[in-house]
Amino acid sequence: MKALLVGEYREGKLLESSYELIGFAQTLGAEFELFLVGSTDQLPQVDGKLHLADVAAAGEFNPALHKQLVLDAAQKAGADTIVFLHSSYGWDLAPRVALALNAAQVSEVVEAAADGYLLPACNSKLRRTVKATTDRSVVTLQVGAFMAAEPGGTPQVEELSVAAGGNTEFGGYEQAEAGEVDLGKAEVIVSAGRGVGKPENVAMIEALAKALGGEYGASRPVVDAGWVPHDRQVGTTGQVVSPKLYVACGISGAIQHLAGMKKSEFVLAINTDKDAPIAEIADVLVVADIKQFAPALTAKLVG
Amino acid sequence: MNILVCIKQVPDMESRFKVDAAGTWFEESDLAWRINEYDEFAIEQAVQLKEQLGDADLTVLSIGPARLKEALKKALAMGCDRAVHVVDAAAHEKDPFQIASSIAAFAKDKSFDVIFTGMQSQDRGSGQVAVLVGELLSIPSLTTAVEFALEGDTISVRRELEGGLKAVVKAKVPALVSCQLGLNTPRYPTLPNIMKAKRKELLEVPVADLLTEEARLETVSLAYPEKKGSALVLEGEVGDLVEKVIGILKEKTAVL
Repeated sequence: MKALLVGEYREGKLLESSYELIGFAQTLGAEFELFLVGSTDQLPQVDGKLHLADVAAAGEFNPALHKQLVLDAAQKAGADTIVFLHSSYGWDLAPRVALALNAAQVSEVVEAAADGYLLPACNSKLRRTVKATTDRSVVTLQVGAFMAAEPGGTPQVEELSVAAGGNTEFGGYEQAEAGEVDLGKAEVIVSAGRGVGKPENVAMIEALAKALGGEYGASRPVVDAGWVPHDRQVGTTGQVVSPKLYVACGISGAIQHLAGMKKSEFVLAINTDKDAPIAEIADVLVVADIKQFAPALTAKLVG
Repeated sequence: MNILVCIKQVPDMESRFKVDAAGTWFEESDLAWRINEYDEFAIEQAVQLKEQLGDADLTVLSIGPARLKEALKKALAMGCDRAVHVVDAAAHEKDPFQIASSIAAFAKDKSFDVIFTGMQSQDRGSGQVAVLVGELLSIPSLTTAVEFALEGDTISVRRELEGGLKAVVKAKVPALVSCQLGLNTPRYPTLPNIMKAKRKELLEVPVADLLTEEARLETVSLAYPEKKGSALVLEGEVGDLVEKVIGILKEKTAVL
């Protein structure tokens, strides 16, 4: 395999997750070169060739232009595998590159096996093993699935020339407004998932959090439904937390949620489904209906 | 204005899945089927856009076996004008490139101004089909939308990035928009609209009329993940469970 690794750069910074791409290539023992739309002030620390397009000319968001730059780099590198992270940057750009190369794309790889790549299916309840039937392929890696390589080394930079282009316009970033709570500082977090059933039941999660001396949080569906404000969302698109105790209440454990709380010291999960993916990272799984269990536990704690 | 929304029917994710005899898919019997959650936001946004414009025409399209008529009828009851059922009993064997090629083949001579899709499906989640359709039709794709607006001929979208960050991005129509969860509040079809939907056009197109491409991916196998977790599983009566949990929290954590 000759891989081209597509790093990520946002708000003037190289994203740390880019080192996971290198980790992946090292795990496979693959020869690799890097690609980045970035800046010489923020180079990845790794030995090897880096195809660098100047972000001042190419912009941080311009998929049509970035596609062309990746294709230029892939050709120079003689790459047969183009590797992205399965992130908002990667899942947007990868199919564009795949189509232009007449290459298959394998999305959200969690593991490379002898007979193909392993991907999650059906909310991580199943695993598919998939392989490309094309000569070249495009791969996106689930964020956090591969161990990041330790930074170290100096890349040999090859500048890519950037022509004007693109069919979209970038109007800047917006950071979510700071809310009333910083979950990152909480020692105990009790989070509500879909299993709480209805908005009125969020109160019992809040009560349990209070009884345990912590804050309450929520998984994405509960926030999207408007039952809990966004600043309490735990997961990739919310906050990444690592409390001493995390209590997952009626949360099945979508990847995006697990990525936000798997560094918690101790995880207690309450779920009616014994097979829910949350069981993979929980220390204790209580098989029960949260609507009965939470009030009972709170009563015992405060009683 | 001409609007297309592409949807998929998926099993309820709370289901217990059984791997089929071939070992490459799950058994479809005993599953409840519904519209892919992301696609419900796509339908709602398409209907809202139609309402905003007044004189727009909204087509909903899906690819799959007979069972997805139910999904298309719901989309019609939510406000789509007509449904296109691309009939393919083996849609689950098609890869994202083939699905996108079929949609693009249908759409290419229809001059759709805006195409909506979900950003991914809940069952396979490749996240590829939306962007591939845009690329095959040579129109801009704006993905992962959590806010959408059309003013004049310009679509403005807020893309959801990681860690609470959003990017404001724009493109001129014709364009494709892939919808993230939380983009809007999908409506429930009302009874009068369900009745009205029964009289709306539901066109069947054999997949062979649209698809000429070979698959680029092969599914080797489908299986349960290896159980990595070593969770202590507690079952029983709630009162006993509470006692056990308090004991464990006292012993293993510093919070009690």
